[in-house]
Amino acid sequence: MFTTSRSRPVLLAVASGGGHWVQMQRLRAAFDGADVHYATTDASAVEATRGGCVHVYPDANKQTPLRLMLCLIRLAWIVLRVRPDVVVSTGAAGGFLAIRIARLMGARTMFIDSIANARELSISARLSLGVADRVLSQWPRVAELSGAEYRGAVL
Amino acid sequence: MIFATVGTQLPFDRLLLGLDSWAALNPGVSVFAQCGDSRKRLRHIETVAQLSQRDFRARLKAAKLVVSHAGMGSILTAAELGKPVILMPRRAKFGEHRNDHQQDTAIEMARLSNVTVAEDGEALHAALDAAVALGFESPIGRAELGGEALAPLIEVVRDFVWNRTPCGGASA
Repeated sequence: MFTTSRSRPVLLAVASGGGHWVQMQRLRAAFDGADVHYATTDASAVEATRGGCVHVYPDANKQTPLRLMLCLIRLAWIVLRVRPDVVVSTGAAGGFLAIRIARLMGARTMFIDSIANARELSISARLSLGVADRVLSQWPRVAELSGAEYRGAVL
Repeated sequence: MIFATVGTQLPFDRLLLGLDSWAALNPGVSVFAQCGDSRKRLRHIETVAQLSQRDFRARLKAAKLVVSHAGMGSILTAAELGKPVILMPRRAKFGEHRNDHQQDTAIEMARLSNVTVAEDGEALHAALDAAVALGFESPIGRAELGGEALAPLIEVVRDFVWNRTPCGGASA
């Protein structure tokens, strides 16, 4: 639960640029009233985002191990500074890393797999299954096959 | 008039070359493409490597037709703004992506009334010709978006943010 000094939850919403970010924006109504921090890979999100502080981290995937390290370090810094009560991510790799770090600090964590993954979970979602409190797929069939939950979709 | 986008991660020359060769045959139609790090010389379309989120949205809004890789950012934004969109999925076998999930996305998104899927350059030409023949009239409004699945998802996320459901999630 929240510490006594906090009347509202501190939320860190983590999404790579492009589709992951667009999907996070479609969930914005869910964040009303919370102290919202965003973390994303596209610096141009800063000027385009109203309501909430935007942190930027380097984009990376499993094919770019060095950048993945930089991404991890940067996200660790962001998580330590924001001290979120809750982390929600719509992917991709950075979202999993942020959830991994935030779990160590006791935050509640949710990974929502991109609606692009219509046939199977992404690697980041599969990794999150063992770590996050909740992992959601946006496709009922994928949820059924993978152990994720289906609770709706952005489209 | 036509806005094309291939995202920013990997090159997608099959789409760009198909579009360029079509533009050569249709000089009256202006085409602007956000082309990522493509090295190809495109003579008949205007290109820019990357756009800010604000400019991306403005370009898409001003266009009559969108041509895109099967990336969710483009699909969702096009649906939101009620634009017809031709999707060409990236394929792993051509080195266009790490896997074939865009193929899955395109198959599912083909159900939206504003979406046409083109698997290759030839199909892209056919889809573009058809769009011109219709005068770029979009068959849809924006009814598709904000479907019934969005509200429950937002509710679940909101409850999670405020810790109103137990972790691990009791089923609904």
